Amino acid sequence: MRPKLELLDKTLIERILDEAFQLIEDPGVRVAPYVEDLLRAAGITVKEGVAHIPEVLARRLLDLVPRGFCLYDRLGKPAVHYNADSVHFDPGSSCLNILDPKSQEPRPAMSADLVRLVQVAEMLPQFAAQSTAMVCNDVPQEIGDWYRLLVVLWYSEKPVVTGAFSAQSLHTLIDLLAIESGGRENLRRHPRAIFDVCPSPPLNWSEFASQNLVDLARAGIPAEIVSMPLAGATAPVTLVGSVVQHAAECISGITIHQLAQPGAPIVWGGAPAIFDMRTGKTPMGAIETAMLDLACSQIGKYLGLPTHAYLVAGDGRVIDGQVEMESGISAVLGALAGINMISGAGMLDFLACHSIEKLVIDAEAIASAQRLIQGIQPRGLSLAVDMFAQTGLQGDFLKLKETRALFRYEQHFPSAVIDRGLPVPDGKGPDILQRTRQRVDDLISSYERHPLTADVERALIAFAEREAKPTGLDGLPGILSPELAHVPK
Amino acid sequence: MLNDTFAAMRQSIIDGAPDTASSLAQQGLAEGVAPIEAINNGYVPGMHDVGEQFARGQMFLPDMMASAEAMRAAMAVLDPELRRLGTERPMAGVVVLGTTKGDIHEIGKILVGTMLTANGFQVHDLGVDVAGEKFAEKVRELNADIVGVSALLTTTMRNQKRVVEALEKEGLRARVKVIVGGAPVTRRWAEEIGADGYAKDAMSAVVLARELIQEKLQSVS
Repeated sequence: MRPKLELLDKTLIERILDEAFQLIEDPGVRVAPYVEDLLRAAGITVKEGVAHIPEVLARRLLDLVPRGFCLYDRLGKPAVHYNADSVHFDPGSSCLNILDPKSQEPRPAMSADLVRLVQVAEMLPQFAAQSTAMVCNDVPQEIGDWYRLLVVLWYSEKPVVTGAFSAQSLHTLIDLLAIESGGRENLRRHPRAIFDVCPSPPLNWSEFASQNLVDLARAGIPAEIVSMPLAGATAPVTLVGSVVQHAAECISGITIHQLAQPGAPIVWGGAPAIFDMRTGKTPMGAIETAMLDLACSQIGKYLGLPTHAYLVAGDGRVIDGQVEMESGISAVLGALAGINMISGAGMLDFLACHSIEKLVIDAEAIASAQRLIQGIQPRGLSLAVDMFAQTGLQGDFLKLKETRALFRYEQHFPSAVIDRGLPVPDGKGPDILQRTRQRVDDLISSYERHPLTADVERALIAFAEREAKPTGLDGLPGILSPELAHVPK
Repeated sequence: MLNDTFAAMRQSIIDGAPDTASSLAQQGLAEGVAPIEAINNGYVPGMHDVGEQFARGQMFLPDMMASAEAMRAAMAVLDPELRRLGTERPMAGVVVLGTTKGDIHEIGKILVGTMLTANGFQVHDLGVDVAGEKFAEKVRELNADIVGVSALLTTTMRNQKRVVEALEKEGLRARVKVIVGGAPVTRRWAEEIGADGYAKDAMSAVVLARELIQEKLQSVS
């Protein structure tokens, strides 16, 4: 039996959906001019920039959404399955700062940092996908979004969770992916990436977000709605009220998306959080934030849709007990909820900072969560009696052939990041940060880049240089200067 | 007797009771209390109390919002009378506030504006999604002392830098102080973009604004 955690009963789910459908009709949803004609053509009333979406139409469009789809790795193999209770993790995304590996102080992230993070995430099987994790502060702001993707495509074979920072740059990101995939049609058939698209709470699909939804649907590239109600600030203070708003934002986004291209893949996702009434911060590690994520994804599952949530992030400013407690708890909760893609690992300080060391520790929490959802299973005709028949009351189980045959299935063996009491030379072992730094170094040392074909590499470089030229960028940091890929120790 | 009135005014702010604050203001005026006295001895001390309790974690943001609403209700009664009498509260400085381009969040900014107003600053709130050029335009128009730029998102906080750049481009940077704030913003970020200060909450924005005005006065003298 696979363990599962649900926070809502059927009656409450129906009430949540009922109110969400009420909200999208009245007061309605603010939409951009870009989609007004599309909505009107479907019979939706749009007045003064507000769409009033009837429930019947929204339900019909929800039915068109694929119940599952895959993201593919560079070799064309399905690597992420957005369906049912499949669970995958990827690092948090779009961070401006990194916790410096040496000083453990936050500083602006550079392309060399992103290279290191991608290499580490590539080596960790806990991460089924990469993310465009950091904005590189050594490249001009106007090319910041696609440059992240270029770095990830250069160093990784895994699928990518990404997103554009503007309506225009979305097409540059798609062009990059198309070059890497061998054309737009290949990309459509075997999408390597999924794009996060964020409504503005409450109930507002901005020009940029509306356009992203439509353009992604028409390009056949999966979209992931990241609805972000902040309970008590930009959404009702009650958790259930915020879940209603999340549902309304997702349903209205799906309405726009499916009208643009019926049957295009889209994910019911989000990064909801509570709003701390003492500080005005949005604690990603709060248990109520995790509860919101779980409840929101349960609604998506109830509708039979692929799901996403933002968990495994902590709020402390450094790697400490608080940050890892918060991240570990939410990794376990997200896995138990069967959320298809769980983003956020590596992040701390209210998503303001990324840390490669934290990513590595989070990977251990994720591995534990992945073990947990494998559950407890019978592994033979007898559960224990046959083994007792061999040992009797002497209890010498270590000698049994079953022990040797089965312990690897039963026990997860964490990396050396986790202190399980292995002997150390002087009896006093390194602390968690030292063990983690060593692990990061080991992972990067054993990372080996698998080049793209020469043609594709040339095409990517030529494209990037052409796009970057107007900004005056000198070279392609992290890519054409391989020495930049290693931050000095 | 008068002290009781001031105490009630102060309490109406602490309680976050706009109706009470408004009726006490009307009652005070009817009884001959000078509006400036009501503000300085009743309502402003109430806001100070609220700010201090908030800083100690004894009051919460919804309480602050309610107190700000009560302050606004009282000022709606007292301001016309102040103007009629030709008296003015001593002004601590002129502040232009706004949320940065691409960002529509303003709770924190509203709180900052309220606390600055309660503390004698003249605040001009440009609203949300404000481009750097707009900030610069308003600074020039009002000869403002301070610009406060808020951002809630990591993606939009980068536009705080654009505000600093716009002020530089317009040749205004030397005469105006820049304060940044918002959930993802840090002191380090403020330093990095060349702002003059970072305020983590509404109360610290007031303290910082006072310090920056002092600094400005000293540099002039």
